[in-house]
Amino acid sequence: MMAFRASLRLFPALLLALSLLALPQISAANPALEAVIADNLDQIEKPSRRTVEPLIAEIAATGPEGLALLSAWASRNLGMTDDGRLLIVDGDSATDAATGAAVTGADPKMLRPNSGVRGVIEGALVAGEISSPDPARRAAALSSIARDGTSAHLDALRAAPAEEDPALAARRDRVEKLLTIRFDTDTAARVAAIEEMAGDVSLDFRAALNPLLATSRIAATEEPANANIARELSVGGGDFSEEAAIALMTSEGLLQPKLSSADQRNALAANIVDGHVGGVPVGQLNDPAARDRAYEALEAAGTVPPAATEAEAGAALEATRFFDTYAEPDKAVTDAARAAQMRAEVRLTAMKGVDLGLDALSLASIYFLAAIGLAITFGVMRVINMAHGEFIMMGAYTAYVVQTMIANRTLSLIVALPLAFVVTFGAGVLLYRLVIRHLANRPLETLLATFGVSIALQQLAKNIFGTQARPLTAPAWLEGAITFNDVISISSIRVAIFVLALLFLGLFLFIMKRTRVGLEVRAVTQNPGMASSMGINPDRIAMLTFGLGSGIAGIAGVAIGLFAQVTSELGQQYIVQSFMTVVVGGVGNIWGTLAGAGLIGVLSKVIESFNPSNTLAAQTFMILFIVIFIQFRPRGIIPQRGRAAEA
Amino acid sequence: MTRQPFILRNPSILIVLAVLAAFTVAVTLMSAAYGNGAIPTSMVKVLGKTLCLALAAVAMDLVWGYLGILSLGQMAFFALGGYMVGQWLMYARTETIVAASLAQNPIPATPLELQEAVANQIFGVVGSSDLPLVWTFAHSLTLQLILVVAVPGILALVFGWLAFRSRVNGVYLSILTQAMTLALALWLFQNDSGFRGNNGLSGLQNIPGLEGRDQATLSVWFLWASAAALAVFYVLAAWLVSGKFGSVIRAIRDDETRVRFLGYPVEGFKLVVFTLAAMITAIAGALYYPQAGIINPAELMPIASIYLAVWVAIGGRGRLYGAIIGAVVVSLLSSWFTGGRAPDIRLPGYVVHWVDWWQVALGLSFVLVTLFAPKGIAGIFDRLSGLRAPRRAAPRKQEVKA
Repeated sequence: MMAFRASLRLFPALLLALSLLALPQISAANPALEAVIADNLDQIEKPSRRTVEPLIAEIAATGPEGLALLSAWASRNLGMTDDGRLLIVDGDSATDAATGAAVTGADPKMLRPNSGVRGVIEGALVAGEISSPDPARRAAALSSIARDGTSAHLDALRAAPAEEDPALAARRDRVEKLLTIRFDTDTAARVAAIEEMAGDVSLDFRAALNPLLATSRIAATEEPANANIARELSVGGGDFSEEAAIALMTSEGLLQPKLSSADQRNALAANIVDGHVGGVPVGQLNDPAARDRAYEALEAAGTVPPAATEAEAGAALEATRFFDTYAEPDKAVTDAARAAQMRAEVRLTAMKGVDLGLDALSLASIYFLAAIGLAITFGVMRVINMAHGEFIMMGAYTAYVVQTMIANRTLSLIVALPLAFVVTFGAGVLLYRLVIRHLANRPLETLLATFGVSIALQQLAKNIFGTQARPLTAPAWLEGAITFNDVISISSIRVAIFVLALLFLGLFLFIMKRTRVGLEVRAVTQNPGMASSMGINPDRIAMLTFGLGSGIAGIAGVAIGLFAQVTSELGQQYIVQSFMTVVVGGVGNIWGTLAGAGLIGVLSKVIESFNPSNTLAAQTFMILFIVIFIQFRPRGIIPQRGRAAEA
Repeated sequence: MTRQPFILRNPSILIVLAVLAAFTVAVTLMSAAYGNGAIPTSMVKVLGKTLCLALAAVAMDLVWGYLGILSLGQMAFFALGGYMVGQWLMYARTETIVAASLAQNPIPATPLELQEAVANQIFGVVGSSDLPLVWTFAHSLTLQLILVVAVPGILALVFGWLAFRSRVNGVYLSILTQAMTLALALWLFQNDSGFRGNNGLSGLQNIPGLEGRDQATLSVWFLWASAAALAVFYVLAAWLVSGKFGSVIRAIRDDETRVRFLGYPVEGFKLVVFTLAAMITAIAGALYYPQAGIINPAELMPIASIYLAVWVAIGGRGRLYGAIIGAVVVSLLSSWFTGGRAPDIRLPGYVVHWVDWWQVALGLSFVLVTLFAPKGIAGIFDRLSGLRAPRRAAPRKQEVKA
């Protein structure tokens, strides 16, 4: 096992060595190397960790061939012939280490240096690479060390000449600090490195800190003298239960195993004599106290092994103290590491907050797109369109159909967006002409009639497209994510949806504030009677707004379809949130819808972040919050004012 | 001035009771257990369940047709009633089974062991072996039966109080009730909510203590129980809406503000009717689910409550018998059409499978009923008996319709 782990640790070094072998295929002779080999043959054959260092430095100094020899030596690919030549063996072929000439038919004795020697060789190799004139090789060496450094690497890094490339210098400095934290023997240097890096949130720094802060739990009667104690635990408090304490004492031999009730029952069952166990009738054994008495009687008779009783366990608990101890013995280091981890955690939390904010923003834009149509129809006509979700679905299916016909995804998306608008605009106008205008001023009937339309449309979609989900693939430039660092990232589709939402906000504001239709819509919203006596046809305006709202739902459908599966239930999943958005935001005002979408988006993400595995609970709490919110602002965040509000 | 007893003033009540009694007796005489077996046991169960749905529809009509609140959360109360009674059914039955298996052991089990084994049996599917706190009373039928009305009642009371006091009404209130239902459903869907997540409670058709009776017998018993509950609560509802109380709640429906200005505590009236309806619905649910055998959170998704509203609308709002007619007709038609037994229609080039098209037809017929027959099926009866149509909410902004 240990050997296996050691070889794992060697693996990057091996890679490095192999890449070295592959890179300089120089077959020129190297007389300097030849001389060194000839002088030190004994030591190469039987190297000692303590004395080998000057020799290795000497070999490394002879140039690329020397480095190739060293890497072969470290990876146990170096063989020695009877006549004192060194061969680099690669499978069946072999080359002379000094001359670079291919050798055939030789039967070299393979050299197997111990791990200590190999560590020294590796250090020397890295030192060679680190001081290589080629920046690419220096960078590769740094990456290799960063992936899996050893203490030998640390010495090599420190001994290497100054780095000229500023970017590489910064990286090297960083790698050196990380290695210092892990391997340096000098407490002050480690603490200094930790403190310098404190606040860094990158994964490698946190990974370097974690082993320092790893604790193990011990039970002892006295405070252990030479252990680095993280904290003393109080039994029953916080995360350390009494059962855990007893289990720990048992495993450390401070307490006899406590009898589980199943073991006790089995022991009793095995000792039934004439309907009695230890003098207690079997019929009475449905009482835990009677079972204890029976077991004690058996224990006294010596038929069952003694077990710790409650009282014994309690006494042992009283006498024992429990500690978390660090594996790292140096207290100064662990203190510094803990402080650094705390700072990293604080910054990490802040960054997660930013990430959460981005998520919430994208969710809010989806809700905004889904709810905006609902909000304007509600504002103008006081009706809730239950089929709104099905318009969203219709938009998504329109995009799907377009995609089956146009192979180019970018083009199909460009076609699908306006087409989805047109299709759902038409459906909305149709629904208005056929149903809603006949139910004017009967909002509850409208709600139910549009619900009828909703179930009919849903079933129609099922009949046409089947029940399985239809994929809607985004163009390549929308795939992937924008990543800021280890923590903060956001997928491109969500950014696109955010942009789309902004676009529609702008478009909507333009229509409402700058066009004749917008003016008329606002007039009808505020006072239908007065508007109609001013020559505005409320019926036409209502139809247009209904169409517009439905059209935007179609666009929202395309956007949602890009990241969710298109099914006939697509709209249903968003409809309740859309209602919530409208209700929370307040009707008849685009800023209200925006505020509502923002609040609901942020809220659901924040609640979700408390318990990421349980999105159902998050939704439940969000709805509860909204119900309570309505108590305080029954007309929404931005309530409608004026005469229309009295209706 | 002496007034006639209210039943005599409302002949429709007697007609409904007579029809109900005749129906129950007829089904009993055709059942497998007590009659010639013309109606299979599964059908008896369907009819019994339909009576429960009719009772829920009556409660819905109280809230919507008479009080004017379109509650889209009635089925939440229905399912809660089912869950409450289901807890006892499942616990007691599992306890019997577990006790029998533990009795095989040489050592008798302690009460704690028994409870742990029961909990393990019930909650093994959701990866838990502890009995959640909400199951504290599950061992007692009496306590669970109290909870059947108490839990939905308190929920309705709290929700109604919060909603009515902040004057949430109309479409807003509908959306809010829908949100409440959805929240409850999502909560129940969680595995750690204590109600077995989306597995729900099952095996409810086996009644502990009545193991000797076969399902054929039990189905008839439940049919009678459902019919009795429907009769009792129908009369109660009819009595409630016939007197002064009824006049006030109808007035609230037609013009809430005016009633408030006349000095009536509108919120109080609304709260009483809303809570009462929730309790009646819960009792209907408690009778329904032992016949259905299984309950899971999907039962209280908002769609179910909207269907209830659809039934009442098709049957005719503001007429209690209309609610019964709507629930019975639409739910039986639905199960006939979606059950695959309805004959397909062969059109040239396309075969209409009712399984696929029933929902479309239902949705569209619902639009048509709302548009052309706002009084529903009960409107036909009104016309036949020459009754004046019940006055509905006066369109207050008639002038808008240019």
